[in-house]
Amino acid sequence: MSLLHLAIISPFLLAILVPILYKLLRKVHAGWFVLPLPMLLFIYFLSYIPRTSIQQTVIKSFAWIPTLGIDFTFKVDGLGLLFALLITGIGSLVVFYSIYYLSKDKEQLNTFYVYLLLFMGAMLGVVLSDNLIVLYTFWELTSFSSFLLIGYWYDREKSRYGAQKSMLITVFGGLSMLGGIILLYLMTGTFSISEIIQQSNEILTNPFFIPAMLCILLGAFTKSAQFPFHIWLPDAMEAPTPVSAYLHSATMVKAGIYLVARMSPIFAENGLWVWLVAGFGIVTLFWGAFSAVKQTDLKGILAYSTVSQLGMIMSLLGIGGAAFHFDSSNNSYFTVATVAAVFHLINHATFKGSLFMVAGIVDHETGTRDIRKLGGLMYFMPITFTIAIIGTFSMAGLPPFNGFLSKEMFFTAMVRVLEIGIFNLETWGVLFPIIAWVASIFTFVYSMLLVFKTFTGKFQSEKLAKKPHEAPIGMLIPPTILASLVIIIGFFPNLLSNTIIAPAVAAIMPNFKVDVHISFWHGFTTELFMTLGVIVIGILLYKALPKWRRVYRLFPEKFSLNRLYNSILDVSQRASRTMTNRYLTGFSRTYLLYLFAFFIIILATTLFVKDAFTVKTNNLSSIHLSEAILALVISIGAISIIFAKSRLTSIILLGAVGYTVSIFFVLFRAPDLALTQLVIETISVALFLLCFYHLPKFKKREERMRFRIANAVISVGVGAIVTMIAMSAHSNKLFDSIAQYYVDNTYEKAAGKNMVNVILVDFRGFDTMFEITVLAIAALGIFGMIKLRLEGGKKNENQ
Amino acid sequence: MFHSAILIAILCIALAMLGFIYRAIKGPTIPDRVIALDALGINLVALTALISIVLDTNAFLEVILLIGILAFIGTVAFSKFLEKGEVIENDRDR
Repeated sequence: MSLLHLAIISPFLLAILVPILYKLLRKVHAGWFVLPLPMLLFIYFLSYIPRTSIQQTVIKSFAWIPTLGIDFTFKVDGLGLLFALLITGIGSLVVFYSIYYLSKDKEQLNTFYVYLLLFMGAMLGVVLSDNLIVLYTFWELTSFSSFLLIGYWYDREKSRYGAQKSMLITVFGGLSMLGGIILLYLMTGTFSISEIIQQSNEILTNPFFIPAMLCILLGAFTKSAQFPFHIWLPDAMEAPTPVSAYLHSATMVKAGIYLVARMSPIFAENGLWVWLVAGFGIVTLFWGAFSAVKQTDLKGILAYSTVSQLGMIMSLLGIGGAAFHFDSSNNSYFTVATVAAVFHLINHATFKGSLFMVAGIVDHETGTRDIRKLGGLMYFMPITFTIAIIGTFSMAGLPPFNGFLSKEMFFTAMVRVLEIGIFNLETWGVLFPIIAWVASIFTFVYSMLLVFKTFTGKFQSEKLAKKPHEAPIGMLIPPTILASLVIIIGFFPNLLSNTIIAPAVAAIMPNFKVDVHISFWHGFTTELFMTLGVIVIGILLYKALPKWRRVYRLFPEKFSLNRLYNSILDVSQRASRTMTNRYLTGFSRTYLLYLFAFFIIILATTLFVKDAFTVKTNNLSSIHLSEAILALVISIGAISIIFAKSRLTSIILLGAVGYTVSIFFVLFRAPDLALTQLVIETISVALFLLCFYHLPKFKKREERMRFRIANAVISVGVGAIVTMIAMSAHSNKLFDSIAQYYVDNTYEKAAGKNMVNVILVDFRGFDTMFEITVLAIAALGIFGMIKLRLEGGKKNENQ
Repeated sequence: MFHSAILIAILCIALAMLGFIYRAIKGPTIPDRVIALDALGINLVALTALISIVLDTNAFLEVILLIGILAFIGTVAFSKFLEKGEVIENDRDR
């Protein structure tokens, strides 16, 4: 176990300690115990930068289940490190923010920080593990801890709904991803991602390749809230705001992005991958941006904006995957998309984190997040306003913030789609830049909506629960740090390019030499004019918003994806309930019907499919007259049981059948059996008579059994099948009997002349012992049933 | 000669059993039926004995004794049931 392992499990260890510390030190806000850990981890991961920036990877392994090839193998390369830094860095800020956001007295802080630490550890495990099964384990842990965090205020109905929804969708995707992992293992024989990447060329033509890709993509799309699985993210906004800022903008929703980036070297050479990733990404980008304008809740806007930006990163990764199709010589032209994806990933984490914190501050200081109630807050909270301006302008892609740079690169990548010329991209590829451009306009509109509806306009004090004022300094520090990062990255983008972005891109595209240089000024290029167009049309649309807001009414709620999700849940629940009620009738006769029907179907099919029904007459013995008469008697007895009018007749006839059987035993020379059969038959007939005598009076109607055609068919079928099987089995005796051994040795070895008894107590005495046990249990059971009655049971006694 | 005598005996007993069965099914009162069943049991004894002779074995003598005991116990139990309404009196229990 190395220091790296310790770093990854340290959040789990601290999660164990948090409740203890919380109970011991009630006076201190529990967040203060938690805060040092992510900061230490951040510094620790920073120390990896010198190694990764020269393309070194650090691999540390710790055996877990070595026989199955499952080990805690952690690998720090550029991509993993970038995510680890995001997780720990934003994690520290979020913990700091939550100290001021969550009240020490009103909230159950111990559970909050336990969940948060669980999540942090799980997320670190996801991004750093090289073993796919370990990755899946941590992946599910992120789902669970996210479920717990969304449902943190579990007494609210909406929190529970959101938590359940996100759980169902992400676990659905997670399981599909597990399927993909297993398929990958079947193809390559290893769970190690690095080893699978080395075999990526060989598995390209494997029949499992496409299913594995689809399964893994499904996992990534559900986790990263891609269309149409994005619906859980807006409902996850019921979580406390620090959780939304951390999980649902910066870390968890990027796990799917991470997975796609990580798997690119394996799958991206296939055109389907490029199409699916880029296509779903661009649709998500547009749909998220379009839906965000409709929202009136601050966090709702931010949620859809997150969906949209994740779609943008996803589509960039898809386009970047197209580069795998070319040689690594002329790559610089196409890998710009991957660079843009990584760059925007960082940018999005910074500005979206700060914006969520701003939304939290507004909520905290005014008591509402509804933009229809808010307005004119800039005079009350100037610092928050400044942070919000920086965040939203960066989100909208305006210079000089970092969002501008990544948006320019995004446009560059989208425009270059037209020139790729593979995977049929030249025909439909023209849609990519158009959709991207339109989506950017919507992005601009909702960004402006977010900041100007909240902070400018008329102040409506009567609609607010509290008198607004500036937030405490502690709540402002984390968003300020993020906002300053937005500006710093905006002005000096190349600070990151060689240290973080280039190694990350190198990890996504291992065989390419990518020259990452982000220039602030491109010259007068197409992208610049596209951005200008976005700004101009965006301003016009924002001004005219009240006029075209009606567009959203064209899409009634009825056709929304949420409605679909709810009705799927509802219908599946109702359908399964109906189905269960249909076949679980509660009558044992129905269940017996199923049992016997399946008995017939399965055995008859087997008999006829295997062509097993044979009759051989050569080994049969001759039939005596007395046997024939007895058979006649027993048949008449058995048949008349069915047609007997009274129960008493049935019991007597059953006794007659039993006695005839004992006569058969006499005829077939089985004296011990005949003895036992006589005694047992007498006792059981007596017991039947006992039951008959105690039947309740009003039910003692003496009538013949009702005739049901299905019952008749099934009973005849069962009889026929059993007869056929018995005949076939008799005709196919493969071996001689072993009885000769007993004949020879009963006296020689066991000192007895009665062979049946010697077998029962000597050769195979074990069976006898347990049959004695069975009788003992039956006797005790009957005694217990008769003697032991619970209080109140007396009433039923004489019912 | 001996063999056909045995067969004739079996036939006679079978006919006798048919008669008792008729009485057991028809029999206007319950004691009629009980007596018929008892006699049936004794006929079964005879039948078993004859079959043992046919099969030339003495392995079924216990069966004969057993049927005798069972027929006796059964008849006694039925008689007591008809007399008192129950077979085993358990007044000591309660």
